[in-house]
Amino acid sequence: MQMVPFSLQNSRGEDIAFPGRRPSLVCFVKEDCPTCREVMPVLAAAYTASAEALDLYVVGQTQAGNRILEEEFQPPFDILDDSTLKVSFATDIDTVPTLFLTDAQGETRQNLVGFVKEEWRTLLDEQVPNTLDIDWEQLPDWRPGCGSLSVDPTLAARLQAEAENSPLRARRIEIGSADDEVEFMFDQGFSDGLPLVPPTPERVLRMLGGTQRDPQEVLAVMPPNMGEVTVEKVAINAVMAGCKPEYMPVINTVVQAICTNEYNVHGVMATTMGASPVIVVNGPIREQIGLNMKLGALGQGNRANATIGRAVRLLIRNIGGARPGGTERSTLGNPMKFTMCFAEWEERSPWPPLHVERGFAKEDSVVTVFTMTGGPSLIVDQESRTAAQLAGTMGLCLESAFNPKAHFSTDCLLVVVPEHVDTLVSDGYTKADLRRRIQEVTARPVKDLVGNEISGAGLSPRLAAKMSAEELEKPLPKFKREDDIHIVVAGAEAGKFSGAFHGWATGEIGSISVSRKIDEL
Amino acid sequence: MTTILDPTDERVPVERQISPRPGVISGAVALLDISKPRGNVLIDRLEELLSERLPEVTFNRYAKPTFTKPAPEPLRRQIQNENNFVIEALAD
Repeated sequence: MQMVPFSLQNSRGEDIAFPGRRPSLVCFVKEDCPTCREVMPVLAAAYTASAEALDLYVVGQTQAGNRILEEEFQPPFDILDDSTLKVSFATDIDTVPTLFLTDAQGETRQNLVGFVKEEWRTLLDEQVPNTLDIDWEQLPDWRPGCGSLSVDPTLAARLQAEAENSPLRARRIEIGSADDEVEFMFDQGFSDGLPLVPPTPERVLRMLGGTQRDPQEVLAVMPPNMGEVTVEKVAINAVMAGCKPEYMPVINTVVQAICTNEYNVHGVMATTMGASPVIVVNGPIREQIGLNMKLGALGQGNRANATIGRAVRLLIRNIGGARPGGTERSTLGNPMKFTMCFAEWEERSPWPPLHVERGFAKEDSVVTVFTMTGGPSLIVDQESRTAAQLAGTMGLCLESAFNPKAHFSTDCLLVVVPEHVDTLVSDGYTKADLRRRIQEVTARPVKDLVGNEISGAGLSPRLAAKMSAEELEKPLPKFKREDDIHIVVAGAEAGKFSGAFHGWATGEIGSISVSRKIDEL
Repeated sequence: MTTILDPTDERVPVERQISPRPGVISGAVALLDISKPRGNVLIDRLEELLSERLPEVTFNRYAKPTFTKPAPEPLRRQIQNENNFVIEALAD
């Protein structure tokens, strides 16, 4: 703790500046603190005996309290008004009374926290030139003091936000008292179409408390505007989305994942197809922040799922600058553009979870971003009793991605529900078996994938005409690689309804799923 | 007054933009009396002086039903449709 220079007003409205020209005693007090009341007569005696060898500043923390102290104790000194608490905060005290001894330049030489009689007596005897009119015997040996108002949890975030060394650097926007702040944010185009929580400095500071990163660290440069995504900007958008501070590490990591060349968030946003990120979370953080992976995992009603995805989308809009009608050109749009984030129910799965398959340790917390254009479309199969039958149904359903004749075009994220897991496991199916079966049942001779009178979609008849009979008979599965079938487990215990997200253009020309460890945990 | 932090990359100003200032007064000017006592006196005098200086300009008079509330939407629309400029006068 170090005293800082200040100028505060006394009860007559006069400005009193510290440091003055002499060594000083500065004591912070508040009226409702019993220890502060105990020391008021001591301070009065010190003031009287100091004979202008010392300046005494008594700083009170509320205007009403200062008035009461002045009326009750009639001190010979003025009590200075620090009801904004800026001096208390800047000095970093956490207890009242706190007594500082400074030199003539205002440098702190000593400080005493609370009231320890021997400490106060020694300090005052050494510094005050005349005898103190104090009956030390009547005073208690020790009193702990009370919490300074500047560390009150309801005020501390505001004070930190207003302080000169505030970690906040974002532009401040004043909203007039006649304006509705929610309407204002709609007008400015900050919103995804739903109301936002106003990102006040206090809320943003609390949000930053959820991450160990420096608020000004640039996590990524986000297209299309190539805006710098600082941790502070993440926190602002997370507040607007309704997040809790503990979600910050997830959002930070998702930002880094989508702003990679592989993921290509620029293309994902710009495509007329209507693509959007799906965020899958694995590892211990799922439980720590309350992500839903069970009943309704892909639906509404869970704060972490809903707001993490929304925060990412707001960042893409506000920092990346991808807005519908601007560089976001989706023909139909899709509701996943509001939010889509869920966790894998690893404990309900007999298989290695997604992040382990992708090279991480089981105890790592990892986000995986996948680009969807369709789904979750249901795979309804209540009849199959063998793994091969059920996996066959899954393959037939997945064949509809883009259109049934679009083979080798996209990837998918298959969300297998517990009842379907049980059927697959009863026949010893691994994830590899499931992938193999999907490829097997979707394999069609190339000739069946040519555009025809039923559907013009598919391989161009002109190209097909140049192919040999052998080439036309060659079976082609739905997916170019088995690895294009991403598999996770989630959902309620009851119900034979798995789901599938259909991908976008995959590979170098489109978007490749990216997994990234949450490394700030 | 509420303060919020800018969620964008800050390349666009968020302040409300004022209308462009043309530099020359022409067409029609609305003189809006907000219905505070003696506001009409001020506007009468203003109209007199401006009419002398700007003989080519038309001056149209309007009044709000009450100074305590914002102008009703139809009145605002009317003023906007019929004028190129507006002078709103407060007198007390």
